[in-house]
Amino acid sequence: MLRPFRLHEPTTVEEATSLLADLGDAARPYAGGTELLLVMKAGVLAYDHLVNVKTVAGLAGIELDAGVLRIGAAVTHRELESSAVLRERFALLASVERRVANVRVRNVGTLGGNLCFAEPHSDPGTALLLYDASVEVAGPSGRRTIAVEALASGPYETALADDELLTRIDVPELPAGMAGAYLKFGYHQRPTLGVGVAVRLSGGARPAIEDVRVALGSVSPRPLRLRDVEDRLRGCSTADAVALASGDAGDLAAAASEAVDDLHGSAEYKRHVTKVYLGRALEQAIEAALAAGPERGA
Amino acid sequence: MAAEAQTQRMALSFNLNGKPTALEVEPHVDLLRLLRETLGLTGAKRSCDLQVCGACTVLVDGRPVSSCTLLAFEVRGRDVVTIEGLRGEGLSGEGAHPLMRSFIDHAGFQCGYCTPGMILAAASLLDEEPSPTEARVREYLDGNICRCTGYKKIVESVLGAAGGEG
Ligand SMILES: Cc1cc2nc3c(=O)[nH]c(=O)nc-3n(C[C@H](O)[C@H](O)[C@H](O)COP(=O)(O)OP(=O)(O)OC[C@H]3O[C@@H](n4cnc5c(N)ncnc54)[C@H](O)[C@@H]3O)c2cc1C
Repeated sequence: MLRPFRLHEPTTVEEATSLLADLGDAARPYAGGTELLLVMKAGVLAYDHLVNVKTVAGLAGIELDAGVLRIGAAVTHRELESSAVLRERFALLASVERRVANVRVRNVGTLGGNLCFAEPHSDPGTALLLYDASVEVAGPSGRRTIAVEALASGPYETALADDELLTRIDVPELPAGMAGAYLKFGYHQRPTLGVGVAVRLSGGARPAIEDVRVALGSVSPRPLRLRDVEDRLRGCSTADAVALASGDAGDLAAAASEAVDDLHGSAEYKRHVTKVYLGRALEQAIEAALAAGPERGA
Repeated sequence: MAAEAQTQRMALSFNLNGKPTALEVEPHVDLLRLLRETLGLTGAKRSCDLQVCGACTVLVDGRPVSSCTLLAFEVRGRDVVTIEGLRGEGLSGEGAHPLMRSFIDHAGFQCGYCTPGMILAAASLLDEEPSPTEARVREYLDGNICRCTGYKKIVESVLGAAGGEG
């Protein structure tokens, strides 16, 4: 059962960050509570003060601004999965959001909370790497931008200071003609593995991988962009690329995976499924790019 | 920093099963505790306490939430429906909710522990998507766990209420 705490409901970012600065270790931001309340119930963490980020103005809403999707930190997974602009222009992210957790957690849990908790088994934490997404963070001394790639520094650890609030997630559209797929795998509530691949194909009868982005998560302590794998695949014909994924590109991914032993399985097992799922995700990404057709080779 | 000694009480007004309800809660009290221990509505169950099993499902503004981990103050100004509120005029009467009739007709429960959550989650699905496919029913309900039925009868019950086949 939860121990009593004091709830604060600031209405501005400045008020929230100065509360966090004043209360120090005794306080935590609170959004949907789907993670925070679990660790507090379990007695793993104890806070005398929670600061509700949902009452802070400016943290709600989804907006498309010159090709960049601006997602308020307090936007829930459900709002994302049912957003028309997401479905139309960020189909890959929409498909990831539809598969986060279960319907109840999606109704309450926020994207900001997911990223700030830095649970290693996060789907959006991995998928957002495909978009080169970044977050806006506000603290007592002002605002700064952090790439999602640099946000999680390890399990349950982020680049945020204790008195900083994540205010917004900025997701640029994929480059024209680029499309992708995100596959997750596992037998627990949270994924054992998540692999995302986005590709842009060159035109012609024998299309090649003109550009590619690969992201891997859940197997490792934090989500990773696999740039060596991208370099290996770039320029290859689609057929060669698929073959490479089950060959040395797959081995590269497994080696770079930083896989760890945990409840979901051994590191060795995770390196194996990494390779298998890289191939599958690549094939699906190629299919998606072919289907997205018209802009290809433009 | 030491915990504040005095307790914090928050005014809470919301609609509970269609009835305006006003009381005071401390911020750390979860909705399930308020429903079961203060308001006497025991249809929602505390089971995993981790938002995994779905036994504590209630609807807030028509959408399923895990009341075990939702702080009660969060429902201020909102509509909360528990299985008691979906009951209509009795289980066998004409007023019974179509999902309840269908769960009876298709033998969609055994011990009954998960049933309130199953029915409320299914009610939300049918409200959003009146004629879901079987795959969609399975996907939507995959966060509601049943240890008796093997799910087949549950899925049939939901499809029965949707398509009117049962
Ligand atoms: C049963 C279950 C299954 C799940 N399955 C999946 C899954 O399959 N894939 C997946 O990706 N995730 C999964 N999750 C995680 C889920 O996505 C998160 O629980 C949710 O998004 C967290 O959001 P929240 O608003 O509830 O965060 P909270 O619990 O409120 O906060 C989480 C942490 O972030 C901090 N925080 C919150 N908002 C801010 C902010 N704006 N600025 C600074 N710090 C902040 C809090 O202090 C806290 O430390 C699962 C969770 C559960 C309980």
